[in-house]
Amino acid sequence: MAVYPIIPGKEPPLLDRGAIAWVRRNLLSSPYNILFTILGIAILYMIIPPFIKWAFLDANFAGHTKADCTGNGACWVFVKEKLNMFFFGFYPHDQLFRPKLVIGVIVALMAFAKLVPNLNKLKLALFVIYPFFAYFVLHGGHFGLSIVETTKWGGLLLTLVIASVGITLSFPIGILLALGRQSKLPIIKSLSVFYIELVRGVPLITVLFMASVVLPLFFPEGVNFNKLARALIGITFFEAAYVAENIRSGFQAIKKGQYEAADALGLGYWQKMGLIILPQAIKVTIPNLVGTFISLFKDTSLVMIIGLFDLLAMVTVTANDRDWLGMDTEGYVFVAFVFWIFTFSMSMYSKRLEKKLDTSNN
Amino acid sequence: MPAFLRDEKIRGILYQLITILGFVLFLYYIAQNTSHNIQQRGIKTGFDFLHATAGFDITESPIAFTPESTHWDVFKVGLINTLIVSFWGIILSSLIGLVIGIWRLSPNWLINRLAAGYIETFRNIPVLLQILFWYNVVLATLPSTRDSINLFDTFFINNRGFFSPKFIWQSGSWMIAAAAIIAILAIVWLKKWAHKRQEATGEQFPVLLTSIAILVLLPTIAYFVAGRPVKTIYPELHGFNFRGGSTYTPEFLALLFALSIYTATFIAEAIRSGIEAVPKGQKEAAVSLGLSPTQRLRLVILPQAVRIAIPSVINQYLNLIKNSSLAAAIGYPELVTIFAGTSLNQTGQALEILLITMITYLIISLLVSLVLNWFNSKMKIKER
Repeated sequence: MAVYPIIPGKEPPLLDRGAIAWVRRNLLSSPYNILFTILGIAILYMIIPPFIKWAFLDANFAGHTKADCTGNGACWVFVKEKLNMFFFGFYPHDQLFRPKLVIGVIVALMAFAKLVPNLNKLKLALFVIYPFFAYFVLHGGHFGLSIVETTKWGGLLLTLVIASVGITLSFPIGILLALGRQSKLPIIKSLSVFYIELVRGVPLITVLFMASVVLPLFFPEGVNFNKLARALIGITFFEAAYVAENIRSGFQAIKKGQYEAADALGLGYWQKMGLIILPQAIKVTIPNLVGTFISLFKDTSLVMIIGLFDLLAMVTVTANDRDWLGMDTEGYVFVAFVFWIFTFSMSMYSKRLEKKLDTSNN
Repeated sequence: MPAFLRDEKIRGILYQLITILGFVLFLYYIAQNTSHNIQQRGIKTGFDFLHATAGFDITESPIAFTPESTHWDVFKVGLINTLIVSFWGIILSSLIGLVIGIWRLSPNWLINRLAAGYIETFRNIPVLLQILFWYNVVLATLPSTRDSINLFDTFFINNRGFFSPKFIWQSGSWMIAAAAIIAILAIVWLKKWAHKRQEATGEQFPVLLTSIAILVLLPTIAYFVAGRPVKTIYPELHGFNFRGGSTYTPEFLALLFALSIYTATFIAEAIRSGIEAVPKGQKEAAVSLGLSPTQRLRLVILPQAVRIAIPSVINQYLNLIKNSSLAAAIGYPELVTIFAGTSLNQTGQALEILLITMITYLIISLLVSLVLNWFNSKMKIKER
């Protein structure tokens, strides 16, 4: 019987496999494409080498004073020396263990929540207690901790405080507003619509001005909010309107049958909304919500206009130090990098979540 | 629970009554406190301050403004400056956004990644930081007036801003404007005619090329017929600064560049998602009809992509207009800087001034959403 040995297939020609094929397909497939590749290389050449030269090759890292910065590049000594200012603002130097503790605890708490399964009630309780714990540690006044007024809080610490309080408080208010807008009761509905559209139509800075200048007039004499509290009120009520719109878009994705099924089960309004509709609506709209929270995080930088010293304001403060004049470039680049890390990781997280929650079949 | 409370309708009315009552009481409480506080602190009320003399000068004013002008004039200058920077910002951000959005879809890996890098970098940095960076770092380190960057003796760039020639429209210029209007009308008519002819005979007409020719030729002819009425004045160095041409201050430029670069990232994403949202079957159908790549893009893909992309692009324009209020940080004299800033500090009438400012932005937002709604209803897929 004849034997027919299997002849292994020939490998594709050299030009059609591996890195060469990839380059040919993605960079050089047509005359236009070649032109674009050259353009791209030119742009990269204009940006990357000067930046690396400035930020690394010609930069100074070692030393403690401006005199140590001898190169033509960046003076990272400045950022290194002012790091505590960038991170904690005017928080007293000998008390810095307190903000560090607060940040350490939240990181530990998140790791705990992520790594340890179940124990949901304990986790929830810890997260509810945490803000009070953070406030007591940061502000002090008990257990032998000296009082540190909120005017002394600053830098990244303040940015994180504003962002996390803003996110935590604007979320429930936003849900209530969204429910109000969906409501069949005309007065509640129109009040919600009026509020949401009003806030979304004006810039945040006017709301912050309102909160910092006009809000004190609204309350009787003696009731006094500090500047931070006023900024928090402004930001929270501003972002709540955006959260409400996100959640409303989630409502629109819920099929009518869900409402009818909840009604058929005899659930009341709050049960229907809390147990059936909201969980689904929020799940659908999580990517949008994260988007809103990213813009909230970026928007915290606006508090510098009403005189709070957040991360961005620290650039002006530190670069006005007589020993470090003319260092704003390094300051801005560093602060931009810090902001970028936070917002970029939030958007990466949202993309991952979107994929994870995507239960559609295509 | 009493029987009447089990009726959903009655409960609804009850809830609303409670809400209204709470709301009215809340407003009353606030009004009471406010009037008391205002009296206590001796703050004036009412809108009379609008007619009072402002007493300060504005460096960059598109209309005549002196320290004797009123706060109402301050409002007008601020609003016009807001609109000016928004107008140029919308144009510049659209151009950048369009280029980046198309690059983002390019099959060329390098260009694609470059666009993605641009988007991820500038979208994730607060726009206020970008404004301050342009103002305090990029524009502040430009050379001084004497060592200006000189482009063909026509444009000058230095740390006082950007200086360009100014056109003076002398008598007879109306002919150029008239020619431009006639050209536009002719193009509209041409487009209709070409469409009708194609419907009737199937023959196509090169509308785009003809339109460009008409648009360029007619005003040019008018320019020469009217005896070259447009005079150009070049900026010249007098003492410490340039005079004669148009001046664009560093405040304006920093705001414009930062807003445009920031907003362009969102516009690019909107354009990309619009094009990607067109179902694959549409492209395949266009291929099987034998349309050329250009025709596929122009007749099948873009009309559908635009419908999806435009609403979010318009929303980004609105965001740009609202973000222009961040000029308060660098002192470009727009609405928030001079009216809600300087005027507020001078008069102390925060409530009135902030109300006027917010209502102004609300009206702008309202107008933009009217445009959006009009567009949506016009673009809605016409189903049989």
